[in-house]
Amino acid sequence: MKKTVFLGALTVAGLAAGAAAAGTLDDVKARGKLNCGVSTGLVGFAAPDANGEWNGFDVSVCRAVAAAVLGDPAAVEFVPTTGKTRFTALASGEVDMLARNTTWTFSRDVDLKFTFVGVNYYDGQGFMVPKELGVSSAKELDGSTVCIQTGTTTELNLADFFRSNNISYEPVPIETNAEAQQQYLAGACDVYTTDASGLAATRATFENPADHVVLPEIISKEPLGPLVRHGDDEWGDVVRWTLNALITAEELGITSANVKEMASAAGNNPEINRLLGTEGNLGEMLGLSADWAVAALSSGGNYGEIFEKNIGENTPIGLSRGLNAQWTEGGLIYSPPFR
Amino acid sequence: MSDLSFVRTEMLPEKEPPASTVGAIGWARENLFSGWFNSILTVVSLTVIYYVLSTLLTWAISPTWSATSLGECRDILAEVGREGHYAGACWGVIRDRWIQLLFGFYPSELYWRPILAFILLGVALAPVLFSDKVTPKLLWFSAVFPFLFPWLLWGGTIWAPLAVIAGFVIGWFVYKAVDASAGSLAGIIAAVVAAVVWWMFLSGYVVNGVPNPDDPNAVGGLNALLPIGIEAVESRNFGGFMLSITIGVVAIACSLPLGIVLALGRQSDLLIVKALCVGFIEFIRGVPLITLLFVASTLLNIFMPPGTNFDIILRVIIMATLFASAYMAEVIRGGLAALPKGQYEGADSLGLNYWQAQRLIIMPQALKISIPGIVSTFIGLFKDTTLVSIIGLLDPLGLSNSIRADAAWNGIVWEIYGFIALMFFVFCFAMSRYSMYLERKLHTGHR
Amino acid sequence: MTTLTDPPKQAFRLSQLIYDTRYRSMTIQVIAMIGFLILIGWLISNTAQNLADLGKEPSFRFLGEPAGYDINQRLIDYNNQDTHLRAAFVGLLNTLLVAFLGCITATVLGVIIGVLRLSKNWLVARLMTVYVEMFRNVPVLLWIVFVMAILIESLPAPRAFRGDNPEATMKVFDSVAVTNRGVYVPELLFGVDARDEKGEYLDAPTGWRVGLGDLPIGASADNPACASYYATEGAMAGEPGPGCGTFQISLDLMAVLFVLIAGFYSAHRIKLRADRIQEATGERPTTWYLRLGVVVVPLLIVLYALGAYLAYPELRGFNFRGGTHMRNSLIALWLALSLYTAAFIAEIVRAGIMAISHGQTEAAAALGLRSNRIMSLVILPQALRVIIPPLISNYLNLTKNSSLAIAVGYMDITGTLMGITLNQTGRELETVLLGMLIYLTISLSISAVMNWYNNRVKLVER
Repeated sequence: MKKTVFLGALTVAGLAAGAAAAGTLDDVKARGKLNCGVSTGLVGFAAPDANGEWNGFDVSVCRAVAAAVLGDPAAVEFVPTTGKTRFTALASGEVDMLARNTTWTFSRDVDLKFTFVGVNYYDGQGFMVPKELGVSSAKELDGSTVCIQTGTTTELNLADFFRSNNISYEPVPIETNAEAQQQYLAGACDVYTTDASGLAATRATFENPADHVVLPEIISKEPLGPLVRHGDDEWGDVVRWTLNALITAEELGITSANVKEMASAAGNNPEINRLLGTEGNLGEMLGLSADWAVAALSSGGNYGEIFEKNIGENTPIGLSRGLNAQWTEGGLIYSPPFR
Repeated sequence: MSDLSFVRTEMLPEKEPPASTVGAIGWARENLFSGWFNSILTVVSLTVIYYVLSTLLTWAISPTWSATSLGECRDILAEVGREGHYAGACWGVIRDRWIQLLFGFYPSELYWRPILAFILLGVALAPVLFSDKVTPKLLWFSAVFPFLFPWLLWGGTIWAPLAVIAGFVIGWFVYKAVDASAGSLAGIIAAVVAAVVWWMFLSGYVVNGVPNPDDPNAVGGLNALLPIGIEAVESRNFGGFMLSITIGVVAIACSLPLGIVLALGRQSDLLIVKALCVGFIEFIRGVPLITLLFVASTLLNIFMPPGTNFDIILRVIIMATLFASAYMAEVIRGGLAALPKGQYEGADSLGLNYWQAQRLIIMPQALKISIPGIVSTFIGLFKDTTLVSIIGLLDPLGLSNSIRADAAWNGIVWEIYGFIALMFFVFCFAMSRYSMYLERKLHTGHR
Repeated sequence: MTTLTDPPKQAFRLSQLIYDTRYRSMTIQVIAMIGFLILIGWLISNTAQNLADLGKEPSFRFLGEPAGYDINQRLIDYNNQDTHLRAAFVGLLNTLLVAFLGCITATVLGVIIGVLRLSKNWLVARLMTVYVEMFRNVPVLLWIVFVMAILIESLPAPRAFRGDNPEATMKVFDSVAVTNRGVYVPELLFGVDARDEKGEYLDAPTGWRVGLGDLPIGASADNPACASYYATEGAMAGEPGPGCGTFQISLDLMAVLFVLIAGFYSAHRIKLRADRIQEATGERPTTWYLRLGVVVVPLLIVLYALGAYLAYPELRGFNFRGGTHMRNSLIALWLALSLYTAAFIAEIVRAGIMAISHGQTEAAAALGLRSNRIMSLVILPQALRVIIPPLISNYLNLTKNSSLAIAVGYMDITGTLMGITLNQTGRELETVLLGMLIYLTISLSISAVMNWYNNRVKLVER
């Protein structure tokens, strides 16, 4: 790595010198920081608080990965990205991973050359309407004005849905969720459509949430998950298995409260032992320390804990687990075995 | 008989002017109701003022300073009997987030650094802006300040800015040496080459030592010998008004030399040089800043050699510099054009060559005339820094979105926008007043 | 005797390239050119290598693929199955529309405010100063967002018009609906006696006032949308369906425009004739009714013959239907850009007026002109020469600032080509470069046109 003072000075000024082609894992370790792309602000998923601390569901995934790789959940630089800049930021190596409610689609995976390492939230596009309109199905929305967030797959889904049902609509494209919410509440659009989780989160913050209904139609599949660049499988594995560790931990009953205790000595369950590094050498295979999963789990708890803390039913957002329950409880959240 | 006269011999005492032309009434008649049209205008204006103020004040005066969430604001307002969508402002969000809107995510224990940097910025600018009131000796500080400013903001080792200064010093000595033997043009070229070689290839070894392939983080060179430095702050921690001011100041400062070169190039007789400069200036001025920011956010990394990876804020500063330099070039060209032709001829008759004439006669005068234009370019650029929110940087406007994404403040609109608008107004208004003062001062000689 | 000797011929030495002023400029230029070419080559090679690493080949083929997204404001026919290129074109037209509207309103507002700033009315002059300072010193992006928020929050939603006792009513004899989704105004349509797809008359028929219909440019018989256009019988025979041809020209509108232009031309000829008569005889014939007549009468006849009628907006379903819908995003952007630019134009106008010597005002007053006529006949025409050059750059700024449309969801070229198309195709290089090229073309055209105008009104100095 050719590093001169001129460039060095720029590094101080924020030039993160690092070849995208080299191993991302080594880069992250050398840097001592994980660069994680998040959204510029989405209630419950990623938002900075008054002290500049980022919090949210997507943010927790970043923290878990940072903890697994570097042993420190705070060793993350959060890079806010918009729908437009996120893929460039990842492709150019500005961020090491993207945890920004990004839908896993064929073209993003194949054409844009990214690797989706898993799904941390199963979502789908839904509609929200004021109750007073008396609409009970999205098929009754002929001639309505629909607020959509641009830069996402939602506008394509919407076009497809209305086209296939042969009904007309008027799209109102909007940059951010906050503005969409403002327009919707003022009646500048009849319908607000985005991912169902976003709808629920938005509705939860209304003055009178009961005045609005989310329609039963879910018009698309939106598997949201973290993604990395194509071609760096070691790094992809680290992110993938960190996510899987969070999921498996919930299935096995490992929480942030008991993870230290369970990791102190090998227990009876061999999978827990392998996961927590008291048996086998899974961490070493990933190029991480043996207690990588312990660190990841200590950062914010297992998948269920993260969910409950950020977007679960006890938060203002109040999402139920639904599809995102463990497979043992009828949901789709399922991790391959740690073996 | 003699005291009888038909003509008054002494003046009558002056009568009081009619009540309708003096005092408040007279003033009002004169200035507000001097005709039916003016009266209508006055009445319309008064109605507008009343309407705006009454709406604004009833909304703005609201006892919500201590609230910690929008819901709490609504409760407080409901308690005092104010219901509805516009019952009152929720000022709690400003109390909660004003520091963030000013400094972004800059570490709070280091706030003294940007504050100091911006105070020193004022000191460094003083000899330029208020040349009649401040001792010119301060100009030495102004010369050092461009290196001090980034170091204060971004921190890190002291050797980095020193190495950059060293490059200029080396260039200067090379210029002197070559100038004596091979002429000024060769001197300038040699100086530039020497400085670039120093920055690109040599300084790294001096400051960081020979890179160790086993441990890329090992430090050597001066950094190992004398590790003087302050805590480094990553530029993505910059945000809020600090980010806007930083982008504006750095871009304007960097664009000044570029703009001078471009302006001289545009005035030059050399056809190719002129064509290149005109092409660059017209291209930059012909496209919106937002497209240049798109270039910064999506394309600049593609244009650079594989493996280099600039921080987004640095990329934005680069594009903003290019943007400002085109406008700067036009401002300076105006300054050059405003100089009387006699100045050029006088310089020629003294036997000065082109660069000497520029350095000693033309530029000092042209730049002085251009200062108001430079200030308004800066105001324009400073306002345009809000555009970076569109590419996801957390300037005040970008932060307003993040704040609204916080569950506690979701639904807030006017309070944050109002605060941001007010801050921008204060900054820009002060600067434009200064620029007007300067214009008046510069004009005294001509009229 | 003197002999003329040629200057000594010296062999060209290499050092002359540096020391001889005749050659030195050549040297500098060549060096500059080489430097420039190296820079360009370096950028291109970097780009090529980076794109190869990413596995993307620069190609504009995506422009021919279906866009897949809808655009709400379309000046030409567009649906989500049309190509990205067409979507970009729709965006371009939207950019031009808002820039055009904005320039006009900004000029009008700017002149009024600039004049009022110099008003003798103390209150008005102060108010205008406040206006100018307020708008000049706050970023335009903030104003755009502000105006949009004001429109959304303060105007009634369409649902407020519903019910027996609606909270809001339509304005201007029930013909204009002002809502927070935009303003619906009546639309001029042709063919009262046109029939719908089933062959039913839309209105009580007289049989012949059906209008001329649309002419599709680039229609082909293969396109199913053009089936009715090529059909010789049936209710819709000769009428192209939506999506037939690259774009369609309304023949009715063309006919009306033609008659209008012909009318104005005739009126102009009548005026010239009146001028000639006045020069010859000293008496001016009264021609105003004639001039009015040649414009209005043919127009009315044509409008009647084509079956012109106004389609009023009415609340149906979720929205107002019918009429022309000027969307909120357009109005907000238009208004914000106009108000913002007007503040700058006002300053230019004020400076221009103050540049005219006071003697002009006094001389005009001595001629007995009233103050508003002094302004419009004497001061402003002269000030125009000072005003126009900075005005051009403000028009350019307004056009460039219209790219902030994205903040209010107005689908201009930045929103379509450099927005959704970029997002969906991932072609950053091609879309951004194409977008810059388009803006550059627009800017250069505007400055070319305005410079031409400037040269026309410029004082000819001798």
